[in-house]
Amino acid sequence: MKWPVALIIGLGLTVVFVLAALLSFVWTPHEVEALNIAAKLQKPGSAHLLGTDHFGRDILSMLMVGARTSIAVAVVAVGIGMGLGVPLGLLAAARHGSWLDDLVMRGNDLVFAFPSLVIAILITAVFGPSALNAIIAIGIFNMPVFARVTRGGALSVWTLDYILAARVAGKSRLRISLEHILPNIANLLIVQGTIQFSLGILAEAGLSYVGLGAQPPLPSWGRMLADSQTMISFAPHLAIFPGLAIIATVLGLNLIGDGLRDLLDPRIRRER
Amino acid sequence: MKLNKLFITAAASLCLSLSVAQAAQTSITVGMQLEPPNLDPTGGAAAAIDEVVYANVFEGLTRYQADGSIAPALAKSWTISDDGLVYTFQLNSGVQFHDGSAMDAADVKFSLDRARAEDSTNAQKRLFTGIASVDVVNPLTVKITLSNPDGGFITNLAWGDAVVVAEESIGSAANNPVGTGPFKFSRWVQGDRIELVRNPDYWGKAVALEKATFKFISDPAAAFAAMMAGDIDAFPGYPAPENLPQFEADPRFAVIVGSTEGETILSTNNKRVSDKRVRQAIAHAINRQEIIDGAMFGFGTPIGTHFAPHHPDYVDLTGNSAYDPAKSKALLKAAGAENLTLSLKLPPPSYARRGGEIIAAQLREVGIQTEIENLEWAQWLEQVFRGKDYDLTIVSHTEPMDIGIYANPEYYFQYDNAAFQKMIADLKLASNPADRTKLLQAAQKQIAGDYVNGYLFQLARTGVANAKIKGLWKNSPTQANDLTGVSWAN
Amino acid sequence: MLRFILSRALTLALSLLVASLVIFAVIEVIPGDPAAFMLGLNAEPDTVAALRTELGLDGSLPERYLRWVGGMLTGDFGISYTYQVPVAELVGARLGVSLPLALFALLLSTVIALPVGLFAAARQGRPTDWAIMGATQFGIAIPNFWFAMILVVIFAIQLRWFSAGGFPGWDQGFWINIKALLLPAIALALPQAAILARVMRSAVLEVLSQDFIRTARAKGLNQRQTLIHHAFRNALIPVLTIIGLQFSFLIAGAIIIENVFFLPGLGRLIFQGITQRDLIVVESVVMLLVFAVILVTFLVDIAYALADPRLRRPE
Repeated sequence: MKWPVALIIGLGLTVVFVLAALLSFVWTPHEVEALNIAAKLQKPGSAHLLGTDHFGRDILSMLMVGARTSIAVAVVAVGIGMGLGVPLGLLAAARHGSWLDDLVMRGNDLVFAFPSLVIAILITAVFGPSALNAIIAIGIFNMPVFARVTRGGALSVWTLDYILAARVAGKSRLRISLEHILPNIANLLIVQGTIQFSLGILAEAGLSYVGLGAQPPLPSWGRMLADSQTMISFAPHLAIFPGLAIIATVLGLNLIGDGLRDLLDPRIRRER
Repeated sequence: MKLNKLFITAAASLCLSLSVAQAAQTSITVGMQLEPPNLDPTGGAAAAIDEVVYANVFEGLTRYQADGSIAPALAKSWTISDDGLVYTFQLNSGVQFHDGSAMDAADVKFSLDRARAEDSTNAQKRLFTGIASVDVVNPLTVKITLSNPDGGFITNLAWGDAVVVAEESIGSAANNPVGTGPFKFSRWVQGDRIELVRNPDYWGKAVALEKATFKFISDPAAAFAAMMAGDIDAFPGYPAPENLPQFEADPRFAVIVGSTEGETILSTNNKRVSDKRVRQAIAHAINRQEIIDGAMFGFGTPIGTHFAPHHPDYVDLTGNSAYDPAKSKALLKAAGAENLTLSLKLPPPSYARRGGEIIAAQLREVGIQTEIENLEWAQWLEQVFRGKDYDLTIVSHTEPMDIGIYANPEYYFQYDNAAFQKMIADLKLASNPADRTKLLQAAQKQIAGDYVNGYLFQLARTGVANAKIKGLWKNSPTQANDLTGVSWAN
Repeated sequence: MLRFILSRALTLALSLLVASLVIFAVIEVIPGDPAAFMLGLNAEPDTVAALRTELGLDGSLPERYLRWVGGMLTGDFGISYTYQVPVAELVGARLGVSLPLALFALLLSTVIALPVGLFAAARQGRPTDWAIMGATQFGIAIPNFWFAMILVVIFAIQLRWFSAGGFPGWDQGFWINIKALLLPAIALALPQAAILARVMRSAVLEVLSQDFIRTARAKGLNQRQTLIHHAFRNALIPVLTIIGLQFSFLIAGAIIIENVFFLPGLGRLIFQGITQRDLIVVESVVMLLVFAVILVTFLVDIAYALADPRLRRPE
């Protein structure tokens, strides 16, 4: 099977950032917590490849650690969304048409109806801003997405003949859901997971940008952008590099999502 | 064709609005970071209220001037009885409120009685608690009797919270302030701007401006963009010092750097950080110049105690807590506090957020770990100021002459020192200038020697304005944007 | 059908009830006393207590919940603590910014996306299609606040063609406001346009693969005619669904952009309300937004059911 170009580019971009994030655990060009006010706002050069920020911190090092923050927040948020949404979706599909199905779907609509950023603001107003609260806020809104996708996918699998056979053989709905439905919709979930992952990166950046995400001294891309705002006219590198990092990561993940869909869903591939 | 016409009309109307803006040299748009919650200076603490209405819309018996001195305002003159208890004020005649009603002694009595009443919601009620009675002698004479002599009473009356209001209009002052000032309230587009227009019937010297607009831009980057784009003529409390060199280099702008009454300090919970050696260690771990350079881009004056350096009674005590990490480490060792972790709760202003990051790094150098928590003002008030649930915080105390707060053991510093409390009590009764100076200086030394808080710097007033604007305040003796002396040069 | 509508109306009412309870509960646990915030550092405790009474902040929880919900049912949303004007008035004024901004952004994104998506579909598999699809991937990946910052630097600070932000108000003329909303609308529209163009392209491709199109081509219609007369029209349904979703996102989701351009919109009203502890405003505005979205969902359900009887499943 030939891999789509999008998938290859996407994987390339994503791997770069994941590696940078992993590398930052053991090594960064400079220490990110050490301030050096005397060396502030240096342009990109040999001492600091991407320059320094207003506290004299090395931008490249901050981007590496920031990648860690972004990826961690997005991964956990997607995990929460999947962990809650998939079982709910399976349940709704297994009890299709019952009051349970209705309850799950109406509950979904309700969560969907809350404007996500507003909820994030409310959560931080209650618990104070932190990376954890950003994760919760993003995670909550991943839940209905996964529940819906799971239910939709599961419903179409339930109509297949061999599922009917399994039911006739006396298998419980729970076992059928876990043994037959889930593996069948795994592709769907992986694709959706990638998309939600990229949305999570964007959401984390947005939340940190308005000060609701990771707190200092932990670097985060969104806060780097927020900090750089007033200096963009005389130190544009402060805003450009974190912006590009976000774009490249999100782009990479979206390309992976697209590529995977092409690879895993033959129907769409035929149409192309 | 139709589309073309549409575009031409659009372009024409844009040009029109541009040319109008250029011809009108009697209007000004002033930028402010915070929008006032309402416009009643006697019913809220927000500095933004005074920054719009003080001296412009509302006036008191006395007023602050640009240099920080107190001048007569609605009161033409006054006499003080020999025992310092009775103040008799002569009011200016012919003063009218904006609704056309006359301002007289009854209004003064109403305003002061209202401010000190049991159910008063005046945020600075303590200014008026010393008043025993207010009596109308005749329509232009009012007599105020104090329960104790108070050397600062005339200054108290100059506060924005002490302005004279009318009984019939105060109820709606929140949205429609009616004062006696040279500008009348015109309209408020909530979330965007407030417009004032010249009061043609003003009792005093007429102002040069016909119209003043206060525009609210909370985001520092947006403030920069708005100044650069020419949307705003002056931004007296410009929030991003890092941009000032750019404005300085641009002939379109003038940068105004002055002083404020804001002592920016690393407030310390003295009950939690109760060992003086630890507080001293924190003080010696702090590199003030690095904070001023890093957080304020060089704007700010180092201070070593809670007192404004431009005040004549100021004592320079910065040497007392000079940057000395080695000494700091030694003190921590002596105190047995080598693995210290402290909470550092930071309110929104950039001096606190940026300063906090720098201080965290400096404390880490001597082995003190900090947990930074960024708070909004409401959370800060609840947790830190009222709940005293903090170890360290950074805040600028912008009230003038507020060293007296250290005498309150319930204040959020939790500093309880009988010797200091006596100094402040003595100060209240002292009227001889030499005695006052002595007491004030002793008080400064006392808190510096006790290392109550980390004393960082005096906040600078950094403003940017169109180079053609004259008459803006340089310093900020009180929270105000007094536009009465502002005009455009041609 | 009536039964279907009634059951949906019942869920609508229940959803609103649950939403109002959730919102009220969250607002109640937010730390920070509005009265203390308004009075600041030097206020005496009894002053704060006096203001609390004045604001109607004392009283038991159920009492206050009922007062709030009861007020909303009669169209009374309460009085803002900080501004001391009716919340409905504030919301009305803010909608005058948020609604036009959302519509403007939607218009821009639709005007850009539909032709681009159609064009890409027509060139399917060719270099132009690849280029357009690549560009849309970029469009989706760009954080809109970052894009907004760049727009401000270029067009307001460097070129000075536009104001850096702010909103003059509709009484100041039409075009001056359109101009003020242009940069924010572009910043909001870019990612939406990218998404919409992709949806448009795949919807058109989907239609093109269907039998009646092949018949049309066989009957001699050329590609351009086919695209415009058949594919475009039939692709509109999924596209309109997405546009509807985007609209509700744009109304509430513009908070960050409103901040960058200091626009007095609905999103910033919520944000300010939280920081100033003007909780009555936050409560009511969030409830209104939720209500709007739930209502739209309800109407869409009904519309679908009317169009397609199979969806009315009592089972």
